[in-house]
Amino acid sequence: MFTTKNKLKSVSYWFYYSYIVLILLFTAGPLIVTFILAFNNSDSASFPWQGFTLDWFSSSTPDRVGLFNDPRMMMAVATSIKVAVAVTVISIVLGVNNAFLFVREKFVGKEFLYMLMLGPLVVPGVVLGTSILSFSHGIANALDNILGAGAGTFLRPGFWLVVFGQVSFVATTTTLVITARLRKFDESLEEAAMDLGSTRTKAIMLITLRFLVPAIVGAAIVAFLFSFENFNTTYFLSGTTDSTTIPIILYSRLRFGISPEINAVSVLLMITTGILGIFGFMFQKNDETI
Amino acid sequence: MLAWFKKSRRLWIVLLPYLLWIGVLFVIPHIKLFGLSFIDYRSGDITLKNYAKFFQSSLYRSVFLRTAMYSIITTMLTLAIAFPTAFIITKILGAKMKALLLLSIVLPYWISELIRTFAWMVLLRETGVISYLLQAVGITTHNIEFLYRNSTIVVGLVYTSMLFMIIPIMNSLDSLDDSLIEASYDLGGNFWSTMREVIIPHSAPGIMVGSIMVFMLNLGNYVTVTLLGGKNSLWFTENIYNQFIVRFNQNQGAAFGVILLTFSVLVVWITLKITKQDMSGAM
Repeated sequence: MFTTKNKLKSVSYWFYYSYIVLILLFTAGPLIVTFILAFNNSDSASFPWQGFTLDWFSSSTPDRVGLFNDPRMMMAVATSIKVAVAVTVISIVLGVNNAFLFVREKFVGKEFLYMLMLGPLVVPGVVLGTSILSFSHGIANALDNILGAGAGTFLRPGFWLVVFGQVSFVATTTTLVITARLRKFDESLEEAAMDLGSTRTKAIMLITLRFLVPAIVGAAIVAFLFSFENFNTTYFLSGTTDSTTIPIILYSRLRFGISPEINAVSVLLMITTGILGIFGFMFQKNDETI
Repeated sequence: MLAWFKKSRRLWIVLLPYLLWIGVLFVIPHIKLFGLSFIDYRSGDITLKNYAKFFQSSLYRSVFLRTAMYSIITTMLTLAIAFPTAFIITKILGAKMKALLLLSIVLPYWISELIRTFAWMVLLRETGVISYLLQAVGITTHNIEFLYRNSTIVVGLVYTSMLFMIIPIMNSLDSLDDSLIEASYDLGGNFWSTMREVIIPHSAPGIMVGSIMVFMLNLGNYVTVTLLGGKNSLWFTENIYNQFIVRFNQNQGAAFGVILLTFSVLVVWITLKITKQDMSGAM
């Protein structure tokens, strides 16, 4: 009378557990080492351990510039947050809109438009970035010609172009998450509200959108993290400092060598991402019980 | 016409923002990219020169072949590592362990690819952690450079994309009823025959989606490959970046982009044909 698990386990119990331990070592190991070395009192991001220090976060001596005293790095942190917030807001609005389009409406070509919606997630980021760059370049030139020099500046590499470029694929993700949730919604609840005298807009606002809140929060976290970590598309579209996000500045620094300051940046990102990720994870779990 | 528009007003309110987004940020830019690839960089005439350059240059061709080969090899290696992981998580471990494991495998992937690549640089560079450890235990007496090798690129790519293989396979294994596995054993099957006849066929759609995603991610990778592979990485995406950013020749870059895109669509399509899967079943 074996259960399925016991039958499968009979191959080798120990094999399974050591395999999983190895996988965890592979996925988490490098990050744990990077985390620890951010606090090592050494000028090189390596062992041996030479004592605990917070220099790589807060020092301001010429030979050891900590993360918090590195204006360019702090500026990149601020830029990344600004970009991510803008991308998240726009992508959530689009996601809700698209969910209503694909769940509620019936029209010719719906299946085709649904497949098309997946496109930005499938196309390599390099191709997406270059195509948006060359398109916006053309539009910006045209605007400059028609409306006078400077009219097209917002479409040149910079803050807004980075935001638009990231929205192109982040909105696909938010659409997928919110569509999945809206499919589970019982439309008769909305109709009931309308029978009781509510307008459709009001019914959607009060009932449907409220039902979507868990998906919206989940999608917002994913959108924020996607934007925060994107490199491939952003690299083409960022211009001067107002659009240099953390991945862009890290890439340019890493090409010249490694400093423990980057370990400190990693720690900061791991903690932020970890908190957001766990929050999203718990939120989703609670959602399942509703 | 007006009456028709009024009748379908509700549809247009949600259709227009969608069309604006997908049109302006995806469809039109790609049409433009496609058009640019047929235009001469200097004269502005219509030409096939940009494509001819690719097929005539043995350097571009060999870089492309190398990228394609390594992407395929890495995808297969990722599958080999990820399948047992997904299997153990879904079918062997208890619910509590499952959630914990999933979280600890997913979390690293939320952190920027730059940071994940940096972590491997810390481990593998000449004065890095692994070199130090090898000397500490006395295996070697001098620093060893592990970066800038082909095998480093493979490790980096497997690391970067493994999650995208694990998740789809887990999803398809989750839907496999345990009683089917029971039945296979009751009918005299053992572990390997059950694996071959029941478990792997059932998870085929997940394996498909995972492989396609990982393959596309490998092919389009830039950060992991250039940082871990250095000057010797010779990855095709580098050519696209160089044409756009260094040489300002967006026509040549566009042609390279179209070639990359066409190739990836082709590989996905052929894979689906050979394995007789269709995309809608796989999604």
